[in-house]
Amino acid sequence: MIKENKKQLMTGSKILIESLLKEGVDTIFGYPGGAVLNIYDELLNYRDKLNHILVRHEQGAAHAADGYARATGKVGVVLVTSGPGATNTITGIATAYMDSVPMVIITGQVPTSLIGNDAFQEADTVGITRPCTKHNYLVRDVEDLARIVKEAFYIASTGRPGPVLIDIPKDISSNVAEFDYPESIEMRSYNPTYFGHHVQILKVVDELLKAEKPMFYIGGGVISSNAANELKEIAEMLDMPIVSTLIGLGGFPSEHALFFGMLGMHGTYAANTGISNADFIVAIGSRFDDRVTGKVDEFGGKAKFAHIDIDPSSIGKNVKIDIPVVGDVKSVLNSMLEILSLKSKEIESTQYKRMKWLEELNMYKYEHPLSYKMTDVIKPQFVVEKIYELTDGEAIIATEVGQNQMWAAQFYKFKNPRSLLTSGGLGTMGYGFPAAIGAQVAFPDKMVFDIAGDGSIQMNIQELATAVQYNLPVKIVIINNNFLGMIRQWQELFYEKRYSFSKLNVNPDFVKLAESYGAVGLRANKPEQVEDVLKTALSIKKPVIMDFVVAQEEGVYPIVAPGYPITGMLLV
Amino acid sequence: MMEKNHILSILVENESGVLARVAGLFSARGFNIDGISVAGTLEKDESKMIISTYGDEQILEQITKQLNRLINVIKVQELTDDESVMRQTILVKVNADDSTKNEIFRIKEIFEARIVDVSRNAYVLEFSGSAKKMEAFIELIRPIGIKDIVKTGTIAITRSKK
Repeated sequence: MIKENKKQLMTGSKILIESLLKEGVDTIFGYPGGAVLNIYDELLNYRDKLNHILVRHEQGAAHAADGYARATGKVGVVLVTSGPGATNTITGIATAYMDSVPMVIITGQVPTSLIGNDAFQEADTVGITRPCTKHNYLVRDVEDLARIVKEAFYIASTGRPGPVLIDIPKDISSNVAEFDYPESIEMRSYNPTYFGHHVQILKVVDELLKAEKPMFYIGGGVISSNAANELKEIAEMLDMPIVSTLIGLGGFPSEHALFFGMLGMHGTYAANTGISNADFIVAIGSRFDDRVTGKVDEFGGKAKFAHIDIDPSSIGKNVKIDIPVVGDVKSVLNSMLEILSLKSKEIESTQYKRMKWLEELNMYKYEHPLSYKMTDVIKPQFVVEKIYELTDGEAIIATEVGQNQMWAAQFYKFKNPRSLLTSGGLGTMGYGFPAAIGAQVAFPDKMVFDIAGDGSIQMNIQELATAVQYNLPVKIVIINNNFLGMIRQWQELFYEKRYSFSKLNVNPDFVKLAESYGAVGLRANKPEQVEDVLKTALSIKKPVIMDFVVAQEEGVYPIVAPGYPITGMLLV
Repeated sequence: MMEKNHILSILVENESGVLARVAGLFSARGFNIDGISVAGTLEKDESKMIISTYGDEQILEQITKQLNRLINVIKVQELTDDESVMRQTILVKVNADDSTKNEIFRIKEIFEARIVDVSRNAYVLEFSGSAKKMEAFIELIRPIGIKDIVKTGTIAITRSKK
C-alpha cells in the first residue's frame, strides 16, 4: 500500500488536544465557558486519555495545576474560558510565576473578528497576563496552534520554569488545519544556559575548601532541577551545613545533622545566626528574597558570596555576588562533584575546621531550638508535630499563607523534595487547598494535607465539592483561632495591639460545612483529642476537614521585624 | 555607584506585543525610559529598539538581564559614546518674520540644519545631531519663538572598528 502522504485535517480543538497528548499531558484542570465550548466538546471524545478535573472556580484550577506541577515536576495544565474565566486565574498564574512553577494555561478568547470590540466576556488576557507569565501567546491562525503549544511547553518547563499562557479565539478552535506536531524545537531568542562555566565552578570549590565557615543557602532551584541527591552527596562529602528558604524545604532532609532549618523572617536561631557568622555563603537556586535577607545590607555581612542559578537576572539583583555561576543547579552540582572527587586530600584537611563550625552551629541550635509551651488549649505547633509523627514525614503538605504556613514550615520535618506545596513569593491565601487537590490527583495513594487557617481556607473552600466529586481524600487541617493570625501577630507586635479588622467574628461551623459538601468534618478542642482526630481522618478515604480550635494568642517565633537584620530575632 | 545615561540597543522578534513587553518591563521594575525609538531592520522578522535609560551600573545590569529574560528579545547591547554614533532628529516650527529670518538662517548654517517648510510667518527646521548639539540648537532657537517642537528618541549604531 502506498502510504498516504497527506496529513490529517483537524479542527483547532482537536489539534490542541492532540498536541497536549504529544506533550504527555494526562490531566487538566478546568472550567467550561462560551469561548472554550468547541474545545470542551472535543474533550468528551478523549475521556479515556485525558482526565479533566472540573473545579468550582477558575482560581482553583490554576492552583490545582500548580500543586500538581510542584508535586510531580510535570507541567500543570489549565483550561478556562475568556473574560472572567481568564481573569479568575490571574492570582494562580502570578503565584506560579513568583515560585517558578511550570504551567500552561489555555484560555478561550472571543472570536478573532470581535477582538477589541468589548465583546461579551472579552478581556485582553494576553495584556493582563504579560507581567505574570514567563511568556504568552494569542493564537491568530490555526496553522500556528501546534507550534505554539510545543513552544509553550518548552518554555514553561525549561530554564527557570514558569507559567505560559495560550489565548485561543473561538474561531481558531473550530477552524481546520493539517495537524503536524513539530518534533523538535529551536528558538532563536530563548536558549537557557544549563552548564555552568567551569572556571567559575572551580572558584566555588576552591573557596569552599579554603573557607572556615562555609554554608549552603538552598532554595526552590534545588527542587525544580531535581538536584536533592547531588546536594546531599556534596554536603556529606564536605560536612557542609545547610539552611533553606521556605520553597527549598524538602530539598535536603530536615532531620539531617547538617540541616539547620529555614532562614529569614521566621527562620531558626541557628540558621539566622549561622549565616550571619558564615565566611562563605553559596546560594543554590535561591534568590535573596527580602523575607530571607531581612535588612539586605547586613545579610551575610562577614561572608563572600557565590550564587548558582539558572536565571542570570537573579544573580546580583539584591546582593553583590563574588562568584556568579549561571547554570542548572543539578548540572553545576554534578560538575562540583567531579572536581571534588579528585580532591580527597584537600577535603580531608578541612575536617577539623568543619567540625569546629558545626559545633558552633549546633550550639546555636541547642541554645534556641524551635519551641512552644503546652497548655490546656491546643497549640498549633503541636498539631503540626503530630501530623509529622503520624505520617513519618512522608505526606505531601500544602499550606495556606500566614501563621499556618510558618508553623508547617517550622514543625513538619520535610524529608523529600516536592513534599511542600506553598506560595512563597506571592503569598497567596487560598492556595493550599486547591494545590493539595492537584497533588492528590497526581498521587491518589499518598497522604496529602492542607494546613490552613480559618481565614485562608475560606478563600477557596468551594473546591471541597471538587475533592468530593473526584473522591480525593485530601486532609484539611484548620488551625482555627478565629483570627487572621499573622495579621493579629503583627498588630500585636508592631501596631500597639490595635487589632484592626483582623478578628473573624463569624466563621462557619467547619464540621457542618464539610458534611454539607458530603465530606467528613471532625473537631478537636483539647490537646488530648488531637492525635485521635488526625488518626481518624487518616483512616477515612474521603476528604476530611479537621477543625482544631487553638490558642488564639499564639504567635510564630522567632520573628524578625521587617527591615531589621535577621540576627535581630524576637525569640518568644 | 555613578548614575548616568545609557543607550541600549535591543534586537527583538518583530511580533505584536513586543513593544508592550519591553515597555511593561521597564515600568513594572521601576526603570526609566527617557527615550525610545523602534523600527524594523532589514530582516522582516526583526525590529530594533533603541532605549535611553538612566541609572547606575547595577541597575543597567538588571535591566539588561531582565530584558534578556523576555522570550522575544534576541540581543541586548549597550552603546557607549566612544564606540557608537548617536543621533536625535528634531522638527521645530519657529516664528519667522523680517526681524528673525536672518537669525534663523544663521543658526541653520551653523548647525547644518534644513528648512523643510516655509510659510508667511513660520519655518519648520529639521536638525539631526547628538543629544548635546540638540540642546545647543534648541537653546539658540528658543529666543526666536518656538511654535511647536517634536523630537525623536536617540538612534545609535556602533562605529566600525578602526
